[in-house]
Amino acid sequence: MTLTETQITKTIDARGMACPGPLMTLIGAIRAGAVGDTFAVLSSDAGSKTDIPAWTTKAKHELIEVRPGDGYSTFIVRKAH
Amino acid sequence: MDARIVILGGGVGGTLAANVLVGRLGHAATVTVVDPTGMHAYQPGFLYVALGQANGRWLGRDERTLLDKKVDLVIEIAERIDPVARTVRFASGGSIAYDYLILATGSRTVPEQVPGFIGAGQEFYSLTGALRLREELRRFKGGRILIGVTGIPYKCPPAPVEFTLMLEDQLRRRGLRDRSEVTLLSPLNRAFTVEAASKLVQPIMEKRGIKLSTFFNVDAVDPTRGIVSSIEGEEAAYDLLVLVPPHRGQTVIDASGLGDAGGWVPTDRNTLQHKQYERIYTIGDATDLPISKSGSTAHFQASIVASRIASLVKGQAPSATYEGRVMCFLETGDRRATTLRFDYAHPPVPPRPAVIWHAAKWMFNRMYWHTIPQGRVP
Amino acid sequence: MTRLIEEVHQLDVKGLQCPMPIVKTAKAMKELASGDVMQVIATDPGSVKDFAAWSKATGNELLESTAIDGVFRFVLRKR
Repeated sequence: MTLTETQITKTIDARGMACPGPLMTLIGAIRAGAVGDTFAVLSSDAGSKTDIPAWTTKAKHELIEVRPGDGYSTFIVRKAH
Repeated sequence: MDARIVILGGGVGGTLAANVLVGRLGHAATVTVVDPTGMHAYQPGFLYVALGQANGRWLGRDERTLLDKKVDLVIEIAERIDPVARTVRFASGGSIAYDYLILATGSRTVPEQVPGFIGAGQEFYSLTGALRLREELRRFKGGRILIGVTGIPYKCPPAPVEFTLMLEDQLRRRGLRDRSEVTLLSPLNRAFTVEAASKLVQPIMEKRGIKLSTFFNVDAVDPTRGIVSSIEGEEAAYDLLVLVPPHRGQTVIDASGLGDAGGWVPTDRNTLQHKQYERIYTIGDATDLPISKSGSTAHFQASIVASRIASLVKGQAPSATYEGRVMCFLETGDRRATTLRFDYAHPPVPPRPAVIWHAAKWMFNRMYWHTIPQGRVP
Repeated sequence: MTRLIEEVHQLDVKGLQCPMPIVKTAKAMKELASGDVMQVIATDPGSVKDFAAWSKATGNELLESTAIDGVFRFVLRKR
């Protein structure tokens, strides 16, 4: 599935935002969202590349795609339950 | 005609914005702060009250004493904003019209959204909660203490870590440490949001025997079993439970259709304007920006917004922009602290915890009333 | 896990109109010891100004005054 094909419920632009950070913000969005909601998180933090997949796996949500950008990455995550 | 500037909320952001605006515009504008109670609280103090280090006496002041005399203060509950007509209706039936509106409405806690929280969980996000927790701690004679987070975003990201470290310090001083187990339940896979600060804090926690549960986002409390459960499917047992309650934007934002699902206002990261209504600016906790909800954020944003509106009123192009500036302390117990200073372009590089930062935080606590709301600190 | 003793004394005056919130508060405060803390919950909007004024006049400190969804909460410490 490409970015253009996936329906994004909400985009979180956390580039340059150290605190609470992209993963914390994503966790908040998933908690508040409905099952099936899909979030696009933009992060310039290198740690996100391991942190976001690690949490989505533990919490059993779906990491649909990680798209590289210029100095940042976009993580597409779907609330699975 | 005078420009009419209305500010909803008399907290640190609203008060500072009002004072800066009249400082720049004098009588070229009428500036009105609308607040439900007219009492300005120093929220960072609640943590110290809970730990018995402050008695609550210096935590609230009459908002009127903090505002320049040219600012009008109206004690009303704002019920609904009409962004097209540019009016704000009060619960009492009155209303006020604006040319520019600043939303400085802050956030509210909704512990009732977490099953089992009320009654079983302690919190220090209100003065009442802090006082009750203080009493619980005075009665505590040993057992398992859990500190956790029930929702994101929440005010003051360092707070649960600070409470954990300061509490462990207190237990040692009281001779209860060997009878207690202290565990921080972190939403992330480290102790704190800022990785550099986690790297400073985690060795301290290890040395002091403070346990860390990672990826533990508190979902519900079962008071009969004394168990707290996480959205990640795990459980932990407690004797004393301290939780950060879930937060939402204020009711008026929901009622006016100006916020997102969490009641947070969609805000431009640099101009701080509402993404839909250019005459509305939002500062502090009330924005939907994924940045720290802290007093310093509101402080820095208030100056920027006041500057932008003042320029517009004078017919000039606004030039000030918010570049993500935040400044926080993180207490580490043992009378030490570190500081976190950052913005969109510069991640924080916290110094090693030292007494000087703890002293600086206490000086800030004491000096707040005389300096911050009045705009005496840039 | 039951905690029956509330160190923060509670007074509910929801639905009462001015001056009853203050009258009931004053009466309840008489039973407290110096330094005791009481939380009063009210719905009368006039109570905001009343409690601020009463606190100044009597020297019983108003530690907190908040309004959430039309419900007012005042936290007072007996002098």
